[in-house]
Amino acid sequence: MSNPIYARVRQNPKFHDLVRRRSRLALTLSAIVLVSYYAFMMVVAFAPQVLRAPLGEDSALSVGFPIGAAIIVVSWLLTGVYSHFANGVFEELNDQITRESQP
Amino acid sequence: MSRAGEQTVSGRSTAALVAGLAGGLVALAAGSALAAGGDLGAVDKQPVNVSAIAMFLAFVVMTLGITYWAASRTKSTADFYTAGGGISGFQNGLAIAGDYMSAATLLGLSSLVFAKGYDGFVYTISFFVGWPIILFLLAERLRNLGHFTFADIASYRLDQNKIRSFAAIGSLTVVCFYLIVQMVGAGQLIKLLFGLDYNVAVVVVGVLMVVYVTFGGMIATTWVQIIKAVLLLGGGAMLAFLALSRFGFSLEAIAKSAVASHKDGIKIMGPGTLLADPVSAVSLSLGLLFGTAALPHIMMRFFTVPNAREARKSVFVASGFIGFFFLLVCILGMAAITIVGTDPQFFEGGKVGGKLIGGGNMPVMHLAKALGGDLFLGFLSAVAFATILAVVSGLALAGASAIAHDLYARVIRKGQATEREEMRVSKIASLVLGVLAVVLGIAFEKQNVAFLVGLTFGIAASVNFPVLILSMYWKGLTTRGALAGGLAGLVSAVTMVVLSNAVWVVVLNNPAPIFPYEHPALFSMTLAFLVTIVVSKLDRSAGAQAERGAYDDQFVRSQTGIGAAAASNH
Repeated sequence: MSNPIYARVRQNPKFHDLVRRRSRLALTLSAIVLVSYYAFMMVVAFAPQVLRAPLGEDSALSVGFPIGAAIIVVSWLLTGVYSHFANGVFEELNDQITRESQP
Repeated sequence: MSRAGEQTVSGRSTAALVAGLAGGLVALAAGSALAAGGDLGAVDKQPVNVSAIAMFLAFVVMTLGITYWAASRTKSTADFYTAGGGISGFQNGLAIAGDYMSAATLLGLSSLVFAKGYDGFVYTISFFVGWPIILFLLAERLRNLGHFTFADIASYRLDQNKIRSFAAIGSLTVVCFYLIVQMVGAGQLIKLLFGLDYNVAVVVVGVLMVVYVTFGGMIATTWVQIIKAVLLLGGGAMLAFLALSRFGFSLEAIAKSAVASHKDGIKIMGPGTLLADPVSAVSLSLGLLFGTAALPHIMMRFFTVPNAREARKSVFVASGFIGFFFLLVCILGMAAITIVGTDPQFFEGGKVGGKLIGGGNMPVMHLAKALGGDLFLGFLSAVAFATILAVVSGLALAGASAIAHDLYARVIRKGQATEREEMRVSKIASLVLGVLAVVLGIAFEKQNVAFLVGLTFGIAASVNFPVLILSMYWKGLTTRGALAGGLAGLVSAVTMVVLSNAVWVVVLNNPAPIFPYEHPALFSMTLAFLVTIVVSKLDRSAGAQAERGAYDDQFVRSQTGIGAAAASNH
């Protein structure tokens, strides 16, 4: 009852390679974003003085600002990393798999 | 802050205050001008603002022109629901950003930074981190499995009638609640900024929304969102530039001056009391993270691009613009502490430190006036109005597709409806939704609608999200499990919101909330997942076996896009 094209894809080792590598990338990047965000939130809740420390000798800005901004900027850059690989090497692999699945 | 926040102050409970603030905040940032429900509503109608109305009319004329053009290209249901899948990744990224950067993120987040300093910044970060997760875990699978609606994905291998109806009703519930919130916010905000009557404002929003959606479908809606995103980004960047120029382009100078001007002094540079309760903070962030991902009008945007490659690109573009905008908003809030916070012309009776004219959400509007005069204030007001239109159009379209595609064409007509019939139903549906939105918007004028925001995100995260993610990631999911879990999520989310401060105390006037947190997601979403998994595991029916067996093919399609809906040709 399974679609023959899908069955052929499943027999292609490249497909399993693609799934493994792309999932590993997605999960690693998700973990980086979630762990750093929730670690940050826990510092906010339990150790706020860490973020209150001034940036420099005579500075009004606290270290919390660059850290917060870094969470936004770095997690955006990670979307760039994912798109770069998923739309680059993985997409090529995907195209190969699609071609090879045709009867 | 919303009325929820104010009432908790009189309740003298610090914990409740935190929850109340959080509630008002989601209200603000999540959708649109909604904290409006409490705060802006208390304000008298302002004098008619001519330059704002002129600029808004220019926006309306331009978008109606686009709608006219889009109407000539909207021939099939695919054009209507998803612009034929012909939107590029970059365009879709801007449109997503336009959907997400609401009037409320501009007004609400900047006013929170204005009032609370660093705590406001923490909220801003919380509103951002969902986007990378959407990209890593959802975007390509959404694109590869979906066609027109989120119910397409949920019912891919499950029972067409039951799961599709359930998912469509879940979508419609979210759409309706969110529409009420938006309409009430729109009426209040427009009354305040433009000096128009509340009812007039609600009718104007309703009529324009119906015109964009029925005639221009997804193509017009997308372009309204793109134009609005560009205007908002441009306006925000210009305002930030003007603000920075006052301080010699030094963030340190802004911070020093803010510390000197703010009543809390150096405390505003670090976390305060707003997020001291980790349970509330986590529940809020879960609701935002997964509620956002499961909002029907956000998911729908992923079906408008031709393939998974463009879907990924759209999230990269969208999160870049959203992140940039959020950082700008924080700079605006900080600069407003000095520029607005020490200027008597922005306070009622000229008393610095008293009540801001127009209410707590107005710092960024006052900042625009202080830095760019009446003309810039008018521009920003027009952008805020345009923003509401863009969001309600997306909502109406998502609702219309749930009615016409899911309920009418698939469930009622079992896929036998012709293209013409389905188109007609979808147009009637958007008209009905428009009338409903106007009627409900007027009916809810005097109500505090902050609880509806909690409910919207609670339902999206607890009803739509579990079935969405499990249908994509878990082979074991069955129809019975999905229905039982969805129902558990629905009942628990609604119950918890009713027993929370926003309804139990503020609406029903009880002395103390039974459910101590403002946001149900941590509990109701967990429950929905548990029930779904347990019931699916226990399901030994033949149908369940077939559903599990169909996962392998679905998995190949979700990963490779083979067999996915392609862009239609024009």
